[in-house]
Amino acid sequence: MSEQNIQHEEGHHIVSPATYLIILLALLVGTTLTVLASYFDLGEWRIAPGLTLFWNPVVALAIATGKMLLVVLFFMHVKYSTKLTKLTVFSGLFMFLVLVGMTLADYFTRAWGRW
Amino acid sequence: MSDSTAIASGAPAEAHHEHPPYQRHHFESVEQQFDATNFAMWLFLLTEVMFFGGLFTAYLIMRNWYYQAFVVGSHQLSIFWGTANTAVLICSSFTMAMSVWSAEVRRRKSLLVYLCLTLVFGLTFLGIKGIEWHEKWEKHHVPGMHYSVQSFVNPQSDPEVYKEYQDKPLAPDMAQKTEEYFFLYFAMTGMHALHMVIGVGILIFMIFRARAGAYTTGHVTFVENFGLYWHFVDIIWIYLFALLYLISRH
Amino acid sequence: MSAATIVSLPDQSTARVPRMNFLTKENGLLSWLLTGDHKRIATLYLISITFFFFIGGALAGLIRLELLTPQTTLMAADTYNKVFTMHGVIMVFFFLVPSVPATIGNFLIPMMIGAKDLALPKVNLLSWYLYVIAGIMAIYTMAAGGVDTGWTFTTPLSTHYLNTHVISTGLAIFVAGFSSIFTGLNFIVTIHKMRCPGMTWFRLPLFVWSHYAASILMVLGTPVLAITLVLVVLERTVHIGVFDPAFGGDPLLFQHLFWFYSHPAVYIMILPGMGVISEVVSTFSRKRVFGYTAVAFSSVAIAVFGFFVWAHHMFIMGISNYAALIFSLLTMLVAVPSAIKIFNWAFTLYKGSITFETPMLYAFGFMGLFTIGGLTGVFLGTTGTDIHLTETYFIVAHFHFVMVGGMLMAFLSGIHFWWPKWTGRMYPEKLSQLAAVVTFIGFNFTFFPQFILGMLGMPRRYAAYPPEFQALNVFSTAGATILGVGYLLPILYLTWSLKYGAVAGNNPWQATGLEWQTQSPPLTENFPEIPIMDHEAYDYEWLEKQQEKEVASVG
Repeated sequence: MSEQNIQHEEGHHIVSPATYLIILLALLVGTTLTVLASYFDLGEWRIAPGLTLFWNPVVALAIATGKMLLVVLFFMHVKYSTKLTKLTVFSGLFMFLVLVGMTLADYFTRAWGRW
Repeated sequence: MSDSTAIASGAPAEAHHEHPPYQRHHFESVEQQFDATNFAMWLFLLTEVMFFGGLFTAYLIMRNWYYQAFVVGSHQLSIFWGTANTAVLICSSFTMAMSVWSAEVRRRKSLLVYLCLTLVFGLTFLGIKGIEWHEKWEKHHVPGMHYSVQSFVNPQSDPEVYKEYQDKPLAPDMAQKTEEYFFLYFAMTGMHALHMVIGVGILIFMIFRARAGAYTTGHVTFVENFGLYWHFVDIIWIYLFALLYLISRH
Repeated sequence: MSAATIVSLPDQSTARVPRMNFLTKENGLLSWLLTGDHKRIATLYLISITFFFFIGGALAGLIRLELLTPQTTLMAADTYNKVFTMHGVIMVFFFLVPSVPATIGNFLIPMMIGAKDLALPKVNLLSWYLYVIAGIMAIYTMAAGGVDTGWTFTTPLSTHYLNTHVISTGLAIFVAGFSSIFTGLNFIVTIHKMRCPGMTWFRLPLFVWSHYAASILMVLGTPVLAITLVLVVLERTVHIGVFDPAFGGDPLLFQHLFWFYSHPAVYIMILPGMGVISEVVSTFSRKRVFGYTAVAFSSVAIAVFGFFVWAHHMFIMGISNYAALIFSLLTMLVAVPSAIKIFNWAFTLYKGSITFETPMLYAFGFMGLFTIGGLTGVFLGTTGTDIHLTETYFIVAHFHFVMVGGMLMAFLSGIHFWWPKWTGRMYPEKLSQLAAVVTFIGFNFTFFPQFILGMLGMPRRYAAYPPEFQALNVFSTAGATILGVGYLLPILYLTWSLKYGAVAGNNPWQATGLEWQTQSPPLTENFPEIPIMDHEAYDYEWLEKQQEKEVASVG
């Protein structure tokens, strides 16, 4: 059976090896970038007294998140999947952020004192 | 096998319930079975996200409280092995995606090659992890097992690391917190490695089944769903690498 | 109470329980231990959780006996700690969490949506085995000397300062957690992917909506408990960890992670019960549930908001004032969907044809007691009053009102309502009504005094207490004895009914719902052919037309 035929009959999209290769290269580039970035002091952003944002961890997490999105969308086929799958992935990420975010909110506001 | 081919090619389901041998009886069609099991695997991955989420929460808080200890502790990890492992896992994700593609286009030999490559990469990852952990053990950096803060109160006693980073000595109480860093390091990489081991086990099972042609007759569900699991384990490592190894190397 | 009843049984002189049903399909122990049939698995679960309920109940009896006197007369304080800990662990993880979902939910959900089974029958069986393994580990822990940390395993008490069986209990709960996760996962997939033709989301019985919401909580919340227990076990073994200040850890981190699950857990426990109440109230008022959409969405709202309120268990533990403020506000929000349900059930009853069979008696008990329990939750969600009421008997009374007065009554309501479908036989109505009333009276005598005790300042988890609290404690123990009788009776008469109960027929309650359109007990494959859903939920007119058709076609 030809690939064309199979592509049609499966009902869902078959991602091509060429796409996978491009994503692989992108991921390896991202890895190189993030390692390089850790060797430089990227400075900080003083938002308010007692509240500073350091750029190094932000950049590292941003690159990691970029890599994660490439894996999720292409290797895990989420770009080509149903709304339900996309909603499921989103809700997982959302709950993870709630856990981390609301817990950290307690820790970060302890230093603010009583009122 | 002609009936299963007919069904797989999208022929309408007959009233007399002919269905491929791999379709379970409580499902009305192969599509429903594929959809349901795929969704089930995604839900399972959600549970894994929340499972690791607890570890990430603990890590973020401890890193915030004991930043200097975490920086100095991370210098004890080899950036070479860490980056190598990251590249290995990324390549294994590629070969796993190619395995799924091979199953979808029904190329048995191709499927076998890519599954075996994935296995090789997976084992390489575990091997490198073993090397790293062994090194930690040798240097007495395993929490609870003769842990030593020597390298942190007196960095010059550790010439390899000192040459690279010239860390300042830590005060004794902050030096003790490096044990927290390594507790989280071992807990997180250990939990991740456990998931890799399970993945490797299932891969070996799949290679035998793939050889028998189980996945190249239209029934790609198992390979596809395992692929999701494998990619997820890769994603966890992507974050572990960024958080544990790349805290600050300047 | 009128003698009116909606029960409609077949002619007992000729009626027989159908010879071919899921219970008789195959015989032998292996056919049960290796089954994929959701109804058999539900039956296995029913037996297991009943077993653990009675162990938990016995432990409760011991607690109440000890509290008859202000001094520690019956047992040492350490033993008392073990008794209330095991009572909590067993009742929460081995009874309440699986109670409705794993038994009634497992049994009914495929039937209610018109499917032959759940999406993943083998995972369902695995779920039960994990429960049994966890149960064995829990029993081992009790035999080996128990654990005395309280079911909340507060650190560093549990990781550092106690030498009891924290590890084995933690691991038992870990395994039980995965049992729960797999049940929830199965339900979500089934409800999304296996509905029969015509069964749109808004034609689903509200019982299914509640289980869907509870399943989301199970899948997203329980893994956090799992990792927390792993970290506690690691900390105890390696003597270094993130929860003990002596090593640089934070006890509040444990509490954040623990309550992140354990608060949604209370919604995991109550939502399925609320689903039962929706079905029962509708059937025994002969009216569709008022505001179907509101009730359906309120289940999902409870699930979603339930994830944002966990730190209201930690107001006095050292969280920041700002966090306390946010969590308190969110707690007020989460009460709203629960209240919506109560209002909607009340409006369902209004101008309905109400009859007072046993399931309905339990449902009335639920509505009253859950409302009281829920309202006292508002006092606890308000930081100002919580400071005085927390860690006292007020809390104990609050959660027993919602869990026992609420959830346990809903469970019994459901068991009685679907008993005829499950077994093909009716239970004895008069005796069961008596048991329901006895339970209600016993419950109020046991737990209402505890609100007063809490307000007066009696702390929880104390074996000895100041003598001025004794009168109320004696009252509470007396109530507990009555409550015990109320729970014992169903075991006796339900078992009796298996052999001697009246034959129930397909639809003794004349209820709507796909499960009532098929035989009792059901066939293994549920339906001879997959049904097509062509009417709304709780459509009593459709039911009337069905019955007319049946009458017209006989003879």
